[in-house]
Amino acid sequence: MSLLQVRNLVVEFPGRHGTLRALDDISFNIAPGEILGIVGESGAGKSLTSAAIIGLLDPPGRISGGQVLLEGERIDHLNEMQMRRIRGRRIGAIFQDPLTSLNPLYTVGRQLIETIQTHLPVTAEEARLRAIALLQETGIAAAEQRLGHYPHQFSGGMRQRVVIALALAGEPKLIVADEPTTALDVSIQAQIITLLKSVCKKHGAAVMLITHDMGVIAETCDRVAVIYAGRIAEIGPVHDVINRPSHPYTEGLMAAIPDMTMDRERLNQIDGAMPRLDAIPKGCAFNPRCPRAFDRCRQDRPDLMVSGNTRAACWLHAADVDVMT
Amino acid sequence: MRGFFLRAWHGDLGYSFRTSPVAMAAALIAFICLFCAVFANVVAPHNPFDLATLELSDAFLPPLWLADGNPKYLLGTDDQGRDILSALMFGARISLMVGLASVALSAAVGVTLGLVAGFVGGTLDAFIMRVCDVMLSFPVILIALLIAGVGRALFPDAPSAMVFGVLILSISLTGWVQYARTVRGSTMVERHKEYVQAARLTGVAPLRIMRRHVLPNVLGPVMVLATIQVATAIITEATLSFLGVGAPPNSPSLGTLIQVGNKFLFSGNWWITVFPGLMLVLIALSVNLLGDWLRDALNPRLR
Amino acid sequence: MSLIAPQPMPLVQAHDLTKTFDVSPPWLNRVLEGKPRLQLHAVDGVSFEIERGQTLALVGESGCGKSTVARLLVGLYAPTRGGLVFDGQDVHATLNTPRGQALRRRIQMIFQDPYASLNPRWTVEDIVGEPLREQGLTANPADLHARVADLLQSVGLGAMDMAKYPHQFSGGQRQRISIARALGTEPEFLVCDEPTSALDVSVQAQVLNIMKDLQRARGLTYLFISHNLAVVRHVSDQVGVMYLGRLVELADKQTLFARPRHPYTRMLIDAIPKMRDTGRARTPVSGEVPNPLSPPGGCAFHPRCPHANARCTSERPIIQVFSTGRVACHAVQEGRI
Repeated sequence: MSLLQVRNLVVEFPGRHGTLRALDDISFNIAPGEILGIVGESGAGKSLTSAAIIGLLDPPGRISGGQVLLEGERIDHLNEMQMRRIRGRRIGAIFQDPLTSLNPLYTVGRQLIETIQTHLPVTAEEARLRAIALLQETGIAAAEQRLGHYPHQFSGGMRQRVVIALALAGEPKLIVADEPTTALDVSIQAQIITLLKSVCKKHGAAVMLITHDMGVIAETCDRVAVIYAGRIAEIGPVHDVINRPSHPYTEGLMAAIPDMTMDRERLNQIDGAMPRLDAIPKGCAFNPRCPRAFDRCRQDRPDLMVSGNTRAACWLHAADVDVMT
Repeated sequence: MRGFFLRAWHGDLGYSFRTSPVAMAAALIAFICLFCAVFANVVAPHNPFDLATLELSDAFLPPLWLADGNPKYLLGTDDQGRDILSALMFGARISLMVGLASVALSAAVGVTLGLVAGFVGGTLDAFIMRVCDVMLSFPVILIALLIAGVGRALFPDAPSAMVFGVLILSISLTGWVQYARTVRGSTMVERHKEYVQAARLTGVAPLRIMRRHVLPNVLGPVMVLATIQVATAIITEATLSFLGVGAPPNSPSLGTLIQVGNKFLFSGNWWITVFPGLMLVLIALSVNLLGDWLRDALNPRLR
Repeated sequence: MSLIAPQPMPLVQAHDLTKTFDVSPPWLNRVLEGKPRLQLHAVDGVSFEIERGQTLALVGESGCGKSTVARLLVGLYAPTRGGLVFDGQDVHATLNTPRGQALRRRIQMIFQDPYASLNPRWTVEDIVGEPLREQGLTANPADLHARVADLLQSVGLGAMDMAKYPHQFSGGQRQRISIARALGTEPEFLVCDEPTSALDVSVQAQVLNIMKDLQRARGLTYLFISHNLAVVRHVSDQVGVMYLGRLVELADKQTLFARPRHPYTRMLIDAIPKMRDTGRARTPVSGEVPNPLSPPGGCAFHPRCPHANARCTSERPIIQVFSTGRVACHAVQEGRI
């Protein structure tokens, strides 16, 4: 059974000029222990997806359709108190900025122990031992002494390790990581990615990794979902999506990324820009920028269709479409 | 011009204004007070300072709705037969004039000093900030009293223009500090922004950068501050006038009227002091509410 | 000896560029708490040359000083030691003289943050036209208007964008406005400080393509600062790697990526997430970039270097020049790697 099931999720922002649909019918599953990547450009809706799942949507944003199921139970309609029991215990979160993820006024040890005791029925001493073990696992040397240090006494990479430890403190089944390495240096990024993978595998936690960096996705994830204008463009195993993309947007994206292994005169550019939320085109959201768009693309919105090992929301892969290449 | 106002009305600020009944009510009241104050000679039913029109027999008349009230004097008269309503309007004119002038002066001085301190930094910045600290350690009223009182003592027969000048000066002397601090903080942030660096490397002179690049970007909080400070300035002026070192008696402000009426409070002629007091409260309150609204409306965009 | 035309002098020559900032605590704190004076060696002895029409990329992580180098090159900072020669002229000496205005025309800069590099209260026309006005390059407002329209068109925007404000544009478009502003005075040398780091991948591709096109069309010389090695590989001819204010390796692009010499370069290349070669075993770099205020003695990289020996902890390596580039590493010098 899937650990997390998102079915036809719709997130809207009622505003002065009408209601903006930020996420439009998003569906995906995460199996236990799996690492799913959510990749997309700014404004596509990746962070909103994670916020909606863990119940941290900023008002006036709200879930106006669809369901989110954690281990078979619906969690999208719970109130704040019920969500609080889930956050930390069943879903852990890692955010982008390690500076603001930790409370600067409390020691790291206190924050860890407090989190552990909130979610697990252990004594203070047991919690302390667990905290030390977590810090050691996440690669922080002299863990016992470091319990008494404040966040500002850690460097950026170290802080992100503490945040990972905090996310794992409640022994959650799912970790939502929103751009965990974007604010870090490249060499630290490599360390943190490796750490995230190993530690989550060890604890048996599934990960929903949100990022705009395809390289990180390639190194970390089992499957990936590409989001464009609030909809999933393509979803499938990582190497299939990256090496044999089915959706023209994914193709364009991969071709636009400068490659470490070869030289190219020009990078492929996708002309235009992602549509604003109040101006999403009719039919397929990508059609104005798509080099292979045809009539149907401008009229009907495509569902996710099977194409090879992945599924893409593209009429080119509809079973009944006869496309001349 | 019309296009500008139409755009403003439909913009974010206009929307915020239209959906805030408090802001609209406060704006309306402030506007009415301002209108009456500016056009007092036209709007006021009488001229309370034209001795020829005064009738001593009409002294101490109560307001209209009480017994003995006279429809000719809507809010009653004082000890010399002057119409309270008209006196209110002329008094408001003086109060508003002093309030607005002192805010203008302190804003001009404060913004300039804050801009220079934030942009130049170093010893000049430290010096200006220490001056601010010193100014803030004195109570505002005390300083204003000192200056106004000394001025009175030295020049007892000074023309009223000079009296007003000293009064405005004494109120703005402490007011500028707030502006300086706020602007200094914003300037220090803006100074490091890349558009300022781009201007520097093109060779634009520092003074021009301060004036044309940084200044427009730091004025937001200043507007909010200025609105709120108008109320404070009016009240400070009223206090000084009440204490006798404010506006000269021949052009009384609301504070002077309150002080004059105070003598008759307990002899039963309450209206002579209460109505000027209410007017003062009304002006200060509406301006304060407007300032509050402005601060909240501008805030998410400032972030 | 064959008859080769004499090599033209490089357009930009940096020699022993050094910038130290005094970040001491205030005098009172120093007296009362006995705190010492503190110096930040942001850039320490950096030397390089850039030929006309070429692109030198400077790569490094946070605290390596690459942004400071950028600002030294355009005259926003004055060097504590060392100098910069542009087309035969000493840059920092000239900038303080009346001839400095002419020099400023030839060197321009593009910044990292598309949101902070344009004055939010100015129209695009004012922003792009400012260098032209400052340098007195236009005769009248109509002339300025026409030239700004030209500049905007050359970066793929339109003349109708002139009356708009920056907040009406996306990040990629703002960066293009920045490029248009930089091109106004027809500079020969552009310093680009992480111009695409804040942009999405597809927008980055557009901006990089525009920059390459402009370089070819106008014969521009670039100094391109980035932390993204893949982007650097795409745009540069030569690459310099910086660590804690020092230049550890400088080589032409092919050599650097095919045969990196310095241990830090090797690890940096290895640390980048690869899209297609993901199964390989690799050891990520251990440790973190040390605090620039208290750099390690000797070679700054020695605490994290697998090849460090006793000499590395005490003696600072000097730059060795090879035919293919230069490296500052004891292990390379001693032939250990």
